[in-house]
Amino acid sequence: MAAETFPVEATHILMFARAVGDDNPVYADPAYAATTEAGGIIAPPTFVQASAQFDPDYPLRPKPGKPWFGSGGTPSGAAAGQGGGGNGGSLHAEQHYEYHRPLRPGDVLTATALPGRTWEKEGRRSGKLIFTEQVTEYRDQAGEKVITARGVGVRTERPVDQK
Amino acid sequence: MALKASDLKVGDTHTARLVEDLKRTQLVQYAGASGDYNPLHTDEVYTTKVAGYPSVFAHGMLTMGMTGKMLTDYVGDARLTKYGVRFTSQVWPGDTLDSTATVKALTGTDEAPLVELDVSTVNQNGVVVLSGYAEARIDP
Repeated sequence: MAAETFPVEATHILMFARAVGDDNPVYADPAYAATTEAGGIIAPPTFVQASAQFDPDYPLRPKPGKPWFGSGGTPSGAAAGQGGGGNGGSLHAEQHYEYHRPLRPGDVLTATALPGRTWEKEGRRSGKLIFTEQVTEYRDQAGEKVITARGVGVRTERPVDQK
Repeated sequence: MALKASDLKVGDTHTARLVEDLKRTQLVQYAGASGDYNPLHTDEVYTTKVAGYPSVFAHGMLTMGMTGKMLTDYVGDARLTKYGVRFTSQVWPGDTLDSTATVKALTGTDEAPLVELDVSTVNQNGVVVLSGYAEARIDP
């Protein structure tokens, strides 16, 4: 994630919690949340992943006037194998978070990408696998570290066998 | 309610059903909320005809997010200090997922105890789709 600034907003938290099927009112109801240990609305544990919304160059979002590899009049708007999926596409292999404090509406996060490792492995179900690690440190408006995220992506030689 | 160190022992488990018969619409919902619009998760035409998969499948992060609810329902709000997972198998529309946290160790100090958990989410066929760990602050 290369979001320069990530404003954390209550509506976005509500939508994200709904999407993961979490109806805990601490993510949606300020009056209830005020009575809990959290003391107010907080974001669910994987919310920081939504920083993709604030990355101007995020490749997995269609952009006006730019080619998009999903289907339209034809099954793909780009040649097969460009991004996404199998045939050299990329999948999410691992995700790790360290929490220094919960995120709250009103926080404005800044993301810093730290160097990550790259390694290879021969996969049983999808050919050669190339793993790439991405470490991102999120700091708040006061410069305090709030979350450290470490993601591992894997590029596969071919789609993952389903047998 | 927060967990108490005095009530916990290694091997204790907490299990919750995350979703029954996962719907494609929930994948759309997650795409919109997270900003990850990879067509593999919402575009059946692209995914079957171009990418070569039998259907769209869930974002790994949706499974991690749903598993997160099991964890926060167990340890309490704003208590997690670490949470990490590997995505071990794909999750498909129609899947029913159950997730379990198992107490692996009780650590930290007497005043600021921590619980370490093993986390595992399985589908209706018993296949592990997510495997990981979490750590949370608990009460003495």
